[in-house]
Amino acid sequence: MAAKTIISRPIYGTLSPQPGKHHLFIADAEGALAITNMAGKAPPGFFDGAEIVFIPDPEGKHISALEALRPAQLHLPPSFASLLPRLRQTLTNAHMGLRLYLAGTEGLIGQAMQAALEAGIDHTSIETEHRGSLARRMQCVHCKGITENVTTQPALCSHCGLLLLVRDHYSRRLAAFQGVCINAEDRSEIPPMEEAFP
Amino acid sequence: MSTGTTKLDVVVSDVVPVNDLVTRFHFRRRDGELLPTFSGGAHVVVEMRDGDRTRLNPYSLMGSPLDTREYTISIRRDDVGRGGSLFMHRSVKPGLEMVISYPVNLFSLDLRAKKHLMLAGGIGITPFMAQTAQLAGGGGNFELHYTCRTASLGTYADVLRERYGNRVRLYHDDREERIDLDRLLSSQPLGTHLYVCGPAGMINWVRDRAASLGWPPETVHFEHFAAPQPGAPFDVELAVSGKTIRVGEQQSLLEAIEAAGVDPPYLCRGGVCGQCETNVISSDGKFIHNDHWLSEEDHRSGCKIMPCVSRFEGKLLVLER
Ligand code: FES
Repeated sequence: MAAKTIISRPIYGTLSPQPGKHHLFIADAEGALAITNMAGKAPPGFFDGAEIVFIPDPEGKHISALEALRPAQLHLPPSFASLLPRLRQTLTNAHMGLRLYLAGTEGLIGQAMQAALEAGIDHTSIETEHRGSLARRMQCVHCKGITENVTTQPALCSHCGLLLLVRDHYSRRLAAFQGVCINAEDRSEIPPMEEAFP
Repeated sequence: MSTGTTKLDVVVSDVVPVNDLVTRFHFRRRDGELLPTFSGGAHVVVEMRDGDRTRLNPYSLMGSPLDTREYTISIRRDDVGRGGSLFMHRSVKPGLEMVISYPVNLFSLDLRAKKHLMLAGGIGITPFMAQTAQLAGGGGNFELHYTCRTASLGTYADVLRERYGNRVRLYHDDREERIDLDRLLSSQPLGTHLYVCGPAGMINWVRDRAASLGWPPETVHFEHFAAPQPGAPFDVELAVSGKTIRVGEQQSLLEAIEAAGVDPPYLCRGGVCGQCETNVISSDGKFIHNDHWLSEEDHRSGCKIMPCVSRFEGKLLVLER
């Protein structure tokens, strides 16, 4: 977990079973392991009221481990984009008592949280656990384009091509870190690009 | 009054009996100016000069926050309490000059909520009078469930029904009407916040059910109307101010400290805000912790006390005050 530098920088925890009957898990990649680890602490019958939405990697790793938890539903969308309409639908129809658990990459947690906030869930009542890559979802403050999976510092904006300093300044509304032009004064100045968010 | 709690000089502009137990009091500023704005759920602390005793009791503002020409509070008469409500009912008449605190809100609406679900018991209706007025003014989505002993003791039930129609549901104990709480809580849309004000038993019941039905604690707001409990007199040493005081049977520890000329901080005077927290330097005896602020561990340790509601029985109590 990254050190806390700027207040808006999200802090993640460790999933823990919450009271209630309805539990919605959204995870990608290694986030599956956060769910299986948590399962050890869950009371009997916990997964009878649980729905797990898992975006697997191309090899389909961890799917069988999640199946073994025998959740009420297991849904395996190919990408976050394809999951989003269904997630919005679920949240619109949901009632108080639904608990949300987000695990995996920062991009997934941020975007799922964004949908949850729109539905009126307070971010402090969402269980989160960061697993796997530190890759960031970044908004270029100049052209407003979003670049996914940024791992370097500085990073190239995939829309306008500016070289951006990836800041810890995070927008919950956009579910993205802010990228600011690093050589605005002198474009010929090209600082070395380093792997910063492996 | 205490550090951080600024006073307002007011005059009682009206006293209106509401039913057998409840009376409403109206206050205006003595200088004729508007009163400070407040938000629904706020309370003021009313200073009562009853002979040589001064009582400071908190009461929720029940008027609309959109109208600050006057403040209104409603007080239920408690014949076996420590006497504050009886003083208000018997001795406070229009024209009397009084001192009240600026409003403080420890029970505010979370305006990010998609819906506000309110549960009131008895005189616990008062903060909701202001909150519903505030929400109705802004087109907010709310629903109020109000339990009272009998229809005639359903303070302001008629006013609320008239204002808000079936957004207000009434339950009368004498007709065996009960809130179907589990169903009510389980059928609320995501993004609902819950507010409960009433007797301690009701608050505990609602908080407990909400928690086990999966409501996150951040979405559950409550306000206790916990008055300080009377009890056996006891002696206290105040280490910092070097005074020894006696806390009378009908007096709270906080009131006794104030009567000795020490000016401790407070906001709620009901054991929930944490402002009056005081360190215990030494003690020999039993604490009667009545607060909802300190953790169980704090209570057991005997190192802290909330003087607004808690008492002590024993030989020695030294506080850092
Ligand atoms: S004054 Fe609020 S806890 Fe004592």
